[in-house]
Amino acid sequence: MEQSAAPAIRLEHVSKWFGKLKVLQDVDLTVNRGEHIVLCGPSGSGKSTLIRCINRLEEVQEGRILVDGVELRGDGRNAEDIRRHVGMVFQQFNLFPHMTALENCMLAPRRIHRIGKDEARARAMGHLERVHLADHAQKYPAQLSGGQQQRVAIARALCMNPDILLFDEPTSALDPEMVKEVLDTMVELADAGITMICVTHEMGFARAVAHRVIFMDRGEILESAPPEEFFSAPPARTRPDLPRPDPQPLRGASP
Amino acid sequence: MIREFGFPELLFVLEGARWTILLSALAFVCGGALGLAVALARTARSRELRWGATVYIQIFQGTPLLIQLFFVFFGLPLLGLQLNVWLAVTIGLALHASGYLGEIWRGGIQAVPAGQVEAARALGLGYRSVMIDVVLPQALRISLPATVGFLVNLVKGTALAALLGLTEATRAGQLMSNITFEPLRVYSAVGLVYFAICLPLTLWSARLERRLLRRG
Ligand SMILES: Nc1ncnc2c1ncn2[C@@H]1O[C@H](COP(=O)(O)OP(=O)(O)OP(=O)(O)O)[C@@H](O)[C@H]1O
Ligand SMILES: [Mg+2]
Repeated sequence: MEQSAAPAIRLEHVSKWFGKLKVLQDVDLTVNRGEHIVLCGPSGSGKSTLIRCINRLEEVQEGRILVDGVELRGDGRNAEDIRRHVGMVFQQFNLFPHMTALENCMLAPRRIHRIGKDEARARAMGHLERVHLADHAQKYPAQLSGGQQQRVAIARALCMNPDILLFDEPTSALDPEMVKEVLDTMVELADAGITMICVTHEMGFARAVAHRVIFMDRGEILESAPPEEFFSAPPARTRPDLPRPDPQPLRGASP
Repeated sequence: MIREFGFPELLFVLEGARWTILLSALAFVCGGALGLAVALARTARSRELRWGATVYIQIFQGTPLLIQLFFVFFGLPLLGLQLNVWLAVTIGLALHASGYLGEIWRGGIQAVPAGQVEAARALGLGYRSVMIDVVLPQALRISLPATVGFLVNLVKGTALAALLGLTEATRAGQLMSNITFEPLRVYSAVGLVYFAICLPLTLWSARLERRLLRRG
């Protein structure tokens, strides 16, 4: 296939404004297939906005975004096609509260891949097993802990067989004792070779799975380096006005 | 000869009440279908649709129901549409209901957290599925108490059909009052009939509301 040579994600000179506020400034970024990127930076630096542009939950005003070599059209006409192979996991889980864990996982494959109920159920159970939640398939989100909800959300994204997974602070809303189970799940996914961009402050996770750590501030990418390098000599982040990401390995990132 | 307000007369009022219920149900179902369209238009991306729906809602919320019924009953024939009184009243009440339900459900749709829509869109779901599978089930649940509350008003609103000569509960009462000269007894009975229809709905609505509150 011709496309397989293209990088998974490519951002070329991407700029974005919210009204008058410029939140992405001429961002260039190439993510290769199978690459794991950890994106960090101070609050309000544009991390969420950046990854939300990749599946066009946000629109950009300048520049180009290509996913698997396909350019996101300005009018958003092909946004749905792109989203179908770009999964996203949110800070607040955003599970559908009126559906069981299983139904959450079955919805999109049934509607989009148009597969039958049995096939969708089998697929969903497979991914729920993968996140170690097969026993909880019949529960509603309100009956699950935060960590379990987030793992269901990961399974739900996986059910669309995405090539790329975007994570927006997936452990930030969790009680500390639940962070590990979610990070462990993500480490397992990384080991399976899926392309991922993860906004997180869990530097232990970054050390364990990231190929590159990217540091953003005020809508700009200031630094992009493999974790060893990133954590040993951080030039851009020594600017006194910027907080340094915590270099200590945190919970639960051992593969 | 003056008749007593006895069992046959009460039965006549109850016959009328049958039409009250039927009229309410028809208006609610037709108005609900139209109201759903209004609510979707009101929350649509297109500015023209939103604007149109806003005007529509304002018209039905800003004018008396009786004027709306007169408008359909007397107005449409002038445009060359001959309607019998049943059809006219049903259409009038349904239009009225669509305005109110549209606004109630608009509120419900907007009360569904934005993250729900984002998660659904991020999965690649289209507008139809986002609405049918994710947003509306949650929105309608949020709106259920207000919806039932409106249904109670609609039941009482059907009484205005009496003014157009339709023999529902109120007009049946008028007729019986005229022949028995016992307005107090007759209208007490009619009032009780409405009460008997509305009370269960009100109680149900209150229960739904408590249940929603408990779930937070
Ligand atoms: N929908 C919006 N409308 C207007 N401004 C927005 C919107 N979303 C984000 N912003 C602004 O854009 C900037 C970047 O926000 P973004 O959420 O991308 O930052 P972030 O790096 O993810 O921050 P955090 O670590 O707090 O999540 C911020 O200044 C924010 O206030
Ligand atoms: Mg963010």
